[in-house]
Parts: sequence; structure tokens; C-alpha cells
Amino acid sequence: MSDRKQGGRFRKVTDKVRRAPEPQEDDLWERVQLARHAQRPYTLDYINRLCTDFEELHGDRYFADDAALVAGFGRYHDTPVAFIGQQKGRDTNERTYRNFGMAGPEGYRKAMRVMEIANRLGMPVVTLIDTPGAFPGASAEERGQGGAISRSIQMMWRLDVPTVAVVIGEGSSGGALGLGVADRVLMLENSTYSVISPEGASAILWRDASKAKLAAQAFKPTAANCYRWGVVDAVVPEPEGGAHTDHEQAAEILDQYLSRTLADLGAMPAAERRRARRERFRKLGPLRDPEGGMGMATGRETPPPG
Amino acid sequence: MSRVGRNIHVSVDRLRQLAQREGRPGRIKADAGTCPKCDSHYSADEMRRNLRVCPACGHHFPVTARERMEQLGEPGGYVELWPELRASDPLQFTDLKPYTERIAEAEKSTGMGEAIVCAELEVRHQPAVAAVMDFTFMGGSMGAVVGEKFARACDHAAQKGLPLIIVSASGGARMQEGTLALMQMAKTVIALDALAEARVPVVVVLAHPTTGGVWASFASLGDVTYAEPGALIAFSGPRVIEETTREVLPADFGRAEAQLKNGQVDAVVDRRELAERIGRVLHILARPAGGDASTAAPALQWAQGGAQRVGEAVQALPSLPRKMMDRMRPGSTDGEDPGEAPS
Repeated sequence: MSDRKQGGRFRKVTDKVRRAPEPQEDDLWERVQLARHAQRPYTLDYINRLCTDFEELHGDRYFADDAALVAGFGRYHDTPVAFIGQQKGRDTNERTYRNFGMAGPEGYRKAMRVMEIANRLGMPVVTLIDTPGAFPGASAEERGQGGAISRSIQMMWRLDVPTVAVVIGEGSSGGALGLGVADRVLMLENSTYSVISPEGASAILWRDASKAKLAAQAFKPTAANCYRWGVVDAVVPEPEGGAHTDHEQAAEILDQYLSRTLADLGAMPAAERRRARRERFRKLGPLRDPEGGMGMATGRETPPPG
Repeated sequence: MSRVGRNIHVSVDRLRQLAQREGRPGRIKADAGTCPKCDSHYSADEMRRNLRVCPACGHHFPVTARERMEQLGEPGGYVELWPELRASDPLQFTDLKPYTERIAEAEKSTGMGEAIVCAELEVRHQPAVAAVMDFTFMGGSMGAVVGEKFARACDHAAQKGLPLIIVSASGGARMQEGTLALMQMAKTVIALDALAEARVPVVVVLAHPTTGGVWASFASLGDVTYAEPGALIAFSGPRVIEETTREVLPADFGRAEAQLKNGQVDAVVDRRELAERIGRVLHILARPAGGDASTAAPALQWAQGGAQRVGEAVQALPSLPRKMMDRMRPGSTDGEDPGEAPS
């Protein structure tokens, strides 16, 4: 690892990031609202535009089908690709049916089922992340919500095929990360990626559900920040005004980024991809090591592309 | 649920309340005092000798990571690994207090550098690497340092061919480190695979509480998983569930005993039997000297005799009673299909 040698460089980057003007509270809150805009394109909106044909699979083969998470195979640029993602609903009925995009253990087990098939048949896996979190319910806990998420993380890490995760809207908590361990993680310009939703954080850290704006300000979960932290590899631009203004164009831009990323990954040997995938997640998380100098492992010099 | 039952678990909120009252965050009053379950009184010395289990009712008090190491290890002690690593503040995070202040206070009140202690030790003569979490340090939350120390412990165990013992006690990911704390879930799960490659076992002990991102990452991936009595084990805590779904939860929701029934853990083990139990399972799983378990002498002989045994078994089949053969057929449930196979 050359991180130690580059300590000076990383520190400089950190300083630069720290000196950059902080987005104002209202801007960040606006970003959070944009990330979960009711007219924002959802997983199936992208899949239907990216693929010439898509076969959705249902059920985890153990207990039930989870409508909060869709998974299947699509024909993408004339090759088979597995698509998996949380799905939200637009109207009240659909929202209830999709459980607000909060998947339970069945959802993650269905995802794993499709990942296993993709790995066996040698097709890349693309995940689209859009969830306020995994479903918090007694039934989900009884059927092993924690183990379903951890095993989904483990399976994504173990895949031999190229993998790309795209945060398309809201990416909150372990429910998002369950689909997030990929060779490349992309993030749409107005999406958010965080350890918890601002509302959840406000209730826990401020003990006051009305401090969501403050929480958003503290977490700074924007695409640009996630890029600076090294959590995502590229920020995908959205149409002027946000993805909700033009679904076609939003999908077209994502298509450009996705096809290029998959082509790059396809050119790498499988063993090399896995090694890099491990390294990518291993180095995330800055810490102080008084004996070995700064252990700052993340940070970037270049601004996000696009 | 009675008031008394409510008081058993120590929530993060309760800890904060205690911290505010005493100006000592993360401190659990378990040195001396009263059992919240049965109101028995104990001296500090008694508590320690009883492994912080109430001798009257069996209530399990929280244990700090270093005391846990002493409980599990031989009297010779343990060798702590990477105690020097410290958290940084990537988000310059402030909620009711700046994060840096919270860390400084936690360090001062616990005497620890972070919420996890990793060490090499022997449990009942079985050498192992242990990664033990400490709930008194910021609710045992997992930030970059916990992730890094855990990952190093996995590598260390794999390299030395030693089994890994994990004792979890954590509210989940450390919110003050934001998205980077979330990434520790991925980092720890990936690191755990080093042990799979080295073919050494992972024993997980779920102490109270094991929730959120810790339960949804390495804590749910043990080869053998024990839980301490009464420990809360859940991805979402009862309060979050009740607020989100308006469900009324049973009193034992997410508790070790309920999770045993749900099939989420292998056994609920009393702390006073824990070291013995871990030592025993590590002894069973210990690889014979000079080889892989799969090439060990008894296993090899058994495997070589395989073809012969299959042959004998096939010959023996027709002579078995019909009913017994039905039972042996895959998918059939024992004796539940009357009418078929009259004997």
C-alpha cells in the first residue's frame, strides 16, 4: 500500500475538502427532498429504458416474494445483465404494495438467488439502490433480517462476474448496503447515501424527530461528498433541474456511464476484479494511527467527473 | 411488560441520561449495587467473581471488553493487538456535542481507545484470536477504527491458522462517522472471508445488545453462534419498529431466547459456562496436527471405506421393511403418511 507514502498528498486533499464552503442547511435539505421526489425515476423506470427486454423473477424460494425489491435478467446492449434494485411506488396503493421500497429478508434472499444465477451463467450484476432502509418489522426480524443483509453483502463480495451498484435515489442504512458491495459504485447527482435517514438520525441523536434538517446538515450525504470520501467512484449527472424532470434523458446519461463502466470491468481478469473490490472496501474509513502516522485512506484530488 | 422487565436492557438513550447526570458518558454502573431484575445487592468484588451475573436470578450485567478477555482467557492473560488506533472525525460531526468531544470523554471514562479490543488468547487451552466489543465506549458503535481492528484481527487469525472468537455488544454503525461508518459493514464482512479461505472456524457470542449494522454484518455470519441470556439481537430495535409499524411487540421481542426459537442462534449460553462451551467447540473443531481436517487419518479411512459402505447399503436395502424405506426417502416425513406402506 502506498497510502502511507502519499500521506502528505491525502492530507492536502483533506484540507482542500475541509476548506470548501459547506453547503447550507437548506441546500442539503433540498437535496434530500430531491433524492426522494415522488416523480423521480425508480428502479423499474430505469430498467425498462436501459434494457430492450427484461424478465423479472419472483420469490426467494423459501417464504415469499418481496415486492419492495425487484430482480431479474435484462438484455442490455445485446448482452444479458442481471438487474436488482429496491422499488418504490408512486401512488398510495403502489407505495403500500412496494412497502415504500423497504425490503425484508425475502427481498435480499431473492437478490442473492438472482446473483447466484448471474454468477453461474457469467453475466454482470447491476444493482440500483433506492431505499429509506431495510424494513423494520417484527416478522422481518424473526426471519433473519440481519443475516439476510449480511449474506447479501457477502455474496456480492464473492461474485466472480463484474458488478456495478448505482445509488439512484435514497440510499440509507444496511438496507442500501445490502446491494452496495460492487466493483464500481456510481451515484446520481441528486441522490443521497448515508448510514441512516435524516429522520431516523434526528430521533436517535437529537431525540427530536423534527431535527431532520439538522441531521441532513451533519451527515452531508451528497454525491459530491461520497465521492470525496471514496465511497463512490463516479457521480452521474442528472438532467437540468433533476432526474424527475426528464426520465428519458436521466436513463440515457446513466446508460452512458453504465455501459462504459461495464466495458472497463469486463476487460479485467476476474481474480483482479475481486482483489480490487476487496481493496476498495478495505481502505474505506479514515483513522489515526499514532504509531504509523496518519492512516487516512480516503480522499481524492480530482473533482467528480461530469 | 412490567417496569422491572423494562429496566433490564440498557438503551443508548438510558446511557446518555446517565452520562448527563454524572458527566461520565458510556459508564454503566455495574461495579457495585443492585440487580435491576431481582433487587439483590452486591459488592464490586462479588460482581467480578460472579462474572457480572446475578447469582440470585441469573441476570447478565454488561461486561467491558477487557474484563471479558480475562473471563475467557487463561490466567496468563491475553496479548492485546493494535490498541493504538484512534478514531478521526471525517465529517466534523456535531449533534448535541462535537464528535471529537464525545470520543475524548469516552476514552477518559472507559480507559479504552475504541469500542473493540482484539487479542490473542487461549480459551480453555485452545489458542484463538478474539475480537471483543465494548458497549461502554459510545454504545459499542462501529466506526472506522472498529472496522479496521476487526479486519486486522481476521487477517491475523487467518495468517496464524487460529480460530476467531467474536463477542458483539453494539448498537450498530457509529452515526457520527456517517456514510463511512456504513462502509465498515462491507469491510468487516469481506475481511471475515480470510478465515473461510484459511479454513478456520468463527465463533460468535452475541452479548446484549447486538443490533443494527453489527447484527447485519459480521455478527450474523458466525459458524457457531451463541447468545447470552436476555441479549437483544435485532436489526431494528423495538422502539424503531413500534414507531414505524405501530406493531405491539411481545415482551421477549428480539431477545436471545426468542431468537433461538426463530433459528437465528445455535444456543443461549450462560456467561458462567461460556468459556467452557467455546473451549469445547474449538477443541472439537481443532485440526489434527500436521493436516487439514479433510485429510486427517480417521476422515481419510472413512472416505476410503465409502464405496464399500455404499455397496453394502444398497444390498441391504430390499431386505429392509417397506415402512423404513419410505422414511428414508428424501422429503418424506417420519410416520406422517398413514395409509401408505401397510406393514
